[in-house]
Amino acid sequence: MVTEITKLENSYEEAFRTLQGRSKNSRGSWLPHLREKAMERFAELGFPSVKDEEWKYTNVAPIARIDFRPLLLADAVAPGSDANRLADFTCAEAAQSQLVFVNGVLRGDLSSLTALPEEVVAIDLSQALTNPGYSEIAREHLARYADYVANGFTALNTAFVDGGAFVYLPKSVTVKAPLHLLFISDGNRLATFPRVLIVAEENASATLIESYASTSDADYFTNAVVEVVLKDGARLEHYKVQRESAQAFHIATTMAELGPNTSYDATAITFGAALSRHDIHVTMDHEGAECWVDGLYLVTGNQHTDTHSVIDHRKPHCTSHQLYKGILDGKSRAVFNGKIFVRHDAQKTDALQTNKNLLLSNEARVDTKPQLEILADDVKCAHGAAVGQIDQDELFYLETRGIHHDLARNLLTYGFAEEVIGKIKIDSIRAELDEAVLNRLNARLEA
Amino acid sequence: MSTVELLGKQEYKYGFVTDIESDVIPRGLTEDTIRLIVAKKNEPEWMLEFRLKAYRHWLTMTEPKHWPNISYPEINYQDVIYYSAPKRKATKASLDEVDPELLRTFEKLGIPLTEQKQLAGVAVDAVFDSVSVATTYKEKLKKHGVIFCSFTEAIREYPDLVRKYLGSVVPTNDNFFAALNSAVFSDGSFCFIPRGVRCPMELSTYFRINNSESGQFERTLIIAEEGAYVSYLEGCTAPKFDKNQLHAAVVELVALDDAQIKYSTVQNWYAGDEKGVGGIYNFVTKRGKCAGRNSKISWTQVETGSAITWKYPSCILQGDNSIGEFYSVALTNHAQQADTGTKMIHLGKNTRSTIISKGIAAGKSNNSYRGLVKVMPKAENSRNYTQCDSMLIGSNSGANTFPYIEVMNNTSSVEHEASTSKISEEQLFYLQQRGISQEDAVSLIINGFCKDVFLQLPMEFAVEAQRLLGMKLEGSVG
Repeated sequence: MVTEITKLENSYEEAFRTLQGRSKNSRGSWLPHLREKAMERFAELGFPSVKDEEWKYTNVAPIARIDFRPLLLADAVAPGSDANRLADFTCAEAAQSQLVFVNGVLRGDLSSLTALPEEVVAIDLSQALTNPGYSEIAREHLARYADYVANGFTALNTAFVDGGAFVYLPKSVTVKAPLHLLFISDGNRLATFPRVLIVAEENASATLIESYASTSDADYFTNAVVEVVLKDGARLEHYKVQRESAQAFHIATTMAELGPNTSYDATAITFGAALSRHDIHVTMDHEGAECWVDGLYLVTGNQHTDTHSVIDHRKPHCTSHQLYKGILDGKSRAVFNGKIFVRHDAQKTDALQTNKNLLLSNEARVDTKPQLEILADDVKCAHGAAVGQIDQDELFYLETRGIHHDLARNLLTYGFAEEVIGKIKIDSIRAELDEAVLNRLNARLEA
Repeated sequence: MSTVELLGKQEYKYGFVTDIESDVIPRGLTEDTIRLIVAKKNEPEWMLEFRLKAYRHWLTMTEPKHWPNISYPEINYQDVIYYSAPKRKATKASLDEVDPELLRTFEKLGIPLTEQKQLAGVAVDAVFDSVSVATTYKEKLKKHGVIFCSFTEAIREYPDLVRKYLGSVVPTNDNFFAALNSAVFSDGSFCFIPRGVRCPMELSTYFRINNSESGQFERTLIIAEEGAYVSYLEGCTAPKFDKNQLHAAVVELVALDDAQIKYSTVQNWYAGDEKGVGGIYNFVTKRGKCAGRNSKISWTQVETGSAITWKYPSCILQGDNSIGEFYSVALTNHAQQADTGTKMIHLGKNTRSTIISKGIAAGKSNNSYRGLVKVMPKAENSRNYTQCDSMLIGSNSGANTFPYIEVMNNTSSVEHEASTSKISEEQLFYLQQRGISQEDAVSLIINGFCKDVFLQLPMEFAVEAQRLLGMKLEGSVG
């Protein structure tokens, strides 16, 4: 495995040099410098191995083995994805407030932002870095929360920071329309590094949909890093919908930094990718913050999905809620690791964490590790994890009502997923996910 | 409860040293040390091989320092005395020949070895530093076919049994401390319950470390044949020293078809002083194998002592329908650190396991629960229920939960629940307004918190455990 990783690093190195060569002199010295440091770090770290406790249950050797081509912005050829083919992935509420990226490149022709208030900024990250109005904000926050020193994937993403989304919500603005960031990939053996930075000023409020999808069944590699910064009293609803192709590799990191009295409501839906991993890290370093970190993963076949979450209570009077549910079929495998830290000063913390898994097949496998580390005494913390199958009593009850066994099973499974899907406040997304769950279940019925 | 102070008024009352002449070998560990131990104990060739194999493997292993939630200075394994035995140790036909100084030591600890003085019939094997000094009720047990003796005697008298089961549950290369123990273990208890016998009395071992620089490496092996039942108790104390002493024991349990083993521990090793100076490093490997169908192994532990506890009593549920249980109370105060929990490995069909863990952290201590529930693909219809509750007293302590759940089939169900809280002000207030002092109220609430576990202990132990908790917490609430 070691030799394979070396080979890969070499191939990334080449693309990296091209990127660095191009951006010389163009936009200050800090960005190339940041990339350089991140690349150096990646060269040291490489991809994580299963010997690393954080990656104990997820082997990323397949990503290291394939020679992915990093796509550089300037090389991008306009791919064939047209608006019609995207219809499956766009959402009606955000038709006039979406940024569409195809293979990592922002496509102005497919994007529209007319529904957003004028003062809201949602532009390509590479533009923000050169724009004198925003480059300072970008510089202040970019790569400050996503630590490229510890994580090889974050280091690699940081080394290729170029395109992506920059969203800036000025003070007290309320955005009604949800902002949709849609990342489409369809190129074989392509590596993309989406990078998103969201800065919400005091009392700003918005809804963000971050979705990943494919119009083909290509075996590409997505390595995304999203940084969210909420200032005093800001509110953000954040949906991450992952429907990558069945061959794809999806590695994503979400870092949220919560200010005083903020509210951050995150929901991660995972359907796609052969191998996916989501690290979500919420830091509550100010009093009065509240967060929801919820998710649903629905996997089948040989899919492997891994969620690692950290909710870090650093100051008093913060509240966190977490509900992750998983449905596993076929030979799929799911990993959940949820850490809740309650630091020494974080008195009056209220934290609740739940992870429930439903195994539909005898060959599916779940490894779950909810973890509490508590250093303050006046707190209320609880966590629970469960792995099981459909309740036989419930099944029997439905069958006595004349519902066919398989249908009853599907109904109960659907009900299990509904607890997470039901909380989504965007109708079209909720309907779409409902449908996707039902389709999966029906496919099972027909098989 | 507004101000929490650590007064630690209560002295560790077992902290005295017995002045007794000991046969001590030079410090350090080499193959020669092992040969010396073997020679001193007159062990057969196969034991030497067993030990050397373990030693050679140990040399290739690294100490598990990175994953447990504990920290301690580097241990110099060449600075430990691996064998220390009280002198004048001829073979003892009866207790009359035991050194009266030793008898007095155990009397002082509340463990009367003279049979006339025994309370309810509990047979005791007393281990002092490296050797077993006395075993009571041997004759009576023999009538029932139960073998209960020191490990040294077992190697001599029942070599076939020992050879068959030694290392069968905890292999010599299992982990760093188990390998070390396998190489140098000096004595311990051996217990064999033949087919269909219900052991007529509780068996118990009492461990005492006396020498300030020797480690204690004892080995316990309990075998319950088809349909047998045994309840086994273990107690431990050590004198107060400023130096840390190493205790690396291995306990192996084997339960064949329909057999039941109940293993209870009240661990009260010296925990060091308020500043964390001194105390025992308790690095113990305990594992039971439910080898037969319908067998059951139940671990109950009350961990109150030791500077550091690193201990995961586990069950391998191999036989169909077998049951594993783990009930634990871990109390840490002052600078104590505990990383303890269990492993339940479900291999057989319809296997069930229950884990109830109560952690109480006071002072500046750190208390972690770490547990693994693993359900293998063939373990159909298995069930696990885990409940871990932590209670924090004072704002300088830490409580952590690290459960690992790995499920590989869909007919099994695994549930885990954990909570962390502090003593409810309302409960305290309610008790206090009924005229109960604050300290008694805290003790009462803590005992209620631990009730699920105390109920599993044999009666005398339960009383002892409750008293111990009250004593340990004294002065921690101000």
